Amino acid sequence: MKVYVDNAATTKMSRTAIDSMIPYLESVYGNPSSLYTIGQEAKEALDKARADVASCFNCSEKEIYFTSGGSEADNQAIISAARIGERKGKKHIISTAFEHHAVLHTLKKLEKEGFEIELLPVGEKGNVTEEQVEKAIKDDTCLVTIMYANNEIGSIMPIREIGAVCRKHNVIFHTDSVQAAGHVKIDVKEQNIDMLSISAHKFHGPKGVGALYVRKGIPVSNIIEGGAQERGKRGGTENVAGIVSMAAALKEAVAHIDENAAKMTEIRDRIISGLSEIPHSALNGDRENRLPNNINFCFEGIEGESLLLLLDAKGISASSGSACTSGSLDPSHVLLAIGRPHEVAHGSLRISLCEWNTMEEAEYIISEVPKVVEYLRNMSPMWKDLTSGKRQFIL
Amino acid sequence: MALYTDTVMDHFMNPRNVGEIPDASGVGEVGNAKCGDIMKMYLKIENDVITDVKFETFGCGSAIASSSMATEMVKGKTIEEALAVTNKEVVEALGGLPVHKLHCSVLAQESIRAAVKDYYDRNGISYDPEFFREEECESCEE
Repeated sequence: MKVYVDNAATTKMSRTAIDSMIPYLESVYGNPSSLYTIGQEAKEALDKARADVASCFNCSEKEIYFTSGGSEADNQAIISAARIGERKGKKHIISTAFEHHAVLHTLKKLEKEGFEIELLPVGEKGNVTEEQVEKAIKDDTCLVTIMYANNEIGSIMPIREIGAVCRKHNVIFHTDSVQAAGHVKIDVKEQNIDMLSISAHKFHGPKGVGALYVRKGIPVSNIIEGGAQERGKRGGTENVAGIVSMAAALKEAVAHIDENAAKMTEIRDRIISGLSEIPHSALNGDRENRLPNNINFCFEGIEGESLLLLLDAKGISASSGSACTSGSLDPSHVLLAIGRPHEVAHGSLRISLCEWNTMEEAEYIISEVPKVVEYLRNMSPMWKDLTSGKRQFIL
Repeated sequence: MALYTDTVMDHFMNPRNVGEIPDASGVGEVGNAKCGDIMKMYLKIENDVITDVKFETFGCGSAIASSSMATEMVKGKTIEEALAVTNKEVVEALGGLPVHKLHCSVLAQESIRAAVKDYYDRNGISYDPEFFREEECESCEE
């Protein structure tokens, strides 16, 4: 059985998304900046895609900027807010310890430029509160950037409440919504969001396309200088086919958001209850307040990469926060941020669903994962030390 | 190209000599849990010859494959021959490892040497401690 459960990494494109892009590769290949017919047809398609994306978040099409993906959108949002702050002498930025690296590394760059970066702790369930944010806001705070939902453990932040606190104190609020868009309902007006980043390939769209929403009145700084594309805020000929496809995928995801969430939640909960039966394991993130498609466990005594390789041999594609899978020495900064010690964080497994996963696949996962965990534990000297009492169990 | 060679995958999927030797002549354990890899090597030594070898490993695919390969490389060898096995030879026998995984082959070499050192200690055999020094790992400082 082939089971793809790494949808937080990327998704398979939908038929709708693929079909929608073909005409813009095959016949309407003109440059949207050109004045002849196939150029202007491409321009119309861009305008329509912009309006479609805007309607999914309840904003104006003039507030949408297309980018090469979620990372670029995050970079541009943060840099824009920082430049605005700088001009007013405000150089304090609030974020969290478990943001995506697109956010954390941009903040690190700003720190080198003299910005003061404050990363709020996220607690063991992986959450921040509006009270934490309000307490951290200072006179010179220019930006609060907090992810909508965490990419590894799926916990969802109180976005509307955090947005309200930021509005009250007149601080720009950006949310990296790469994992949330198309999966949970987002309304930038109702939720007091000033800036929001999305990435098409997380909701069955193509890779290499994303969008940034910036509320009207907030000046945007360029990351890429060039022509007059994106109202001069993002140079480079537009990825027309990709953008059209993203809009189609997003519209489809949003149209089916409730039924998809209900279906995934049922499968998610089945897998969580099944894997919870593995001794000395623990669910990472909040049990209730989490994305409908996210499951993340730590299994004590084993290492995540070998777990993934063995699951791959059984046809299951999943991911881990182990150091060995990241190519770095440390395990996932997200798992460390919620207080998992290194030795436990190395043995993590993330399963992320899409609406095409089935209960049959869930049962397959539940039957195979425990076998692989047991096999690896049986050859692990650490597991032997744990069971013999030489080392204390953490989970 | 895949992350691992066919030989690495074979030794990972079908590891040789997994387990423990209850009456081992020497046992060596290297690595640590914080770094995500621990290797434990058991040697049965008779008349300076390694007659049996088993391993237990907590770690990634290349750590398990490196331990498995190392056990094959020392089984039936004299202590002297086993001590001469280097991490480079383990890597070569595996058909190569990704650069960030070379550390695993170092652990394999060190676990063999640590087991021999334990055998020497148990039997009051003198040795040069410098030879058995384990490589410093900056991320393993505790």
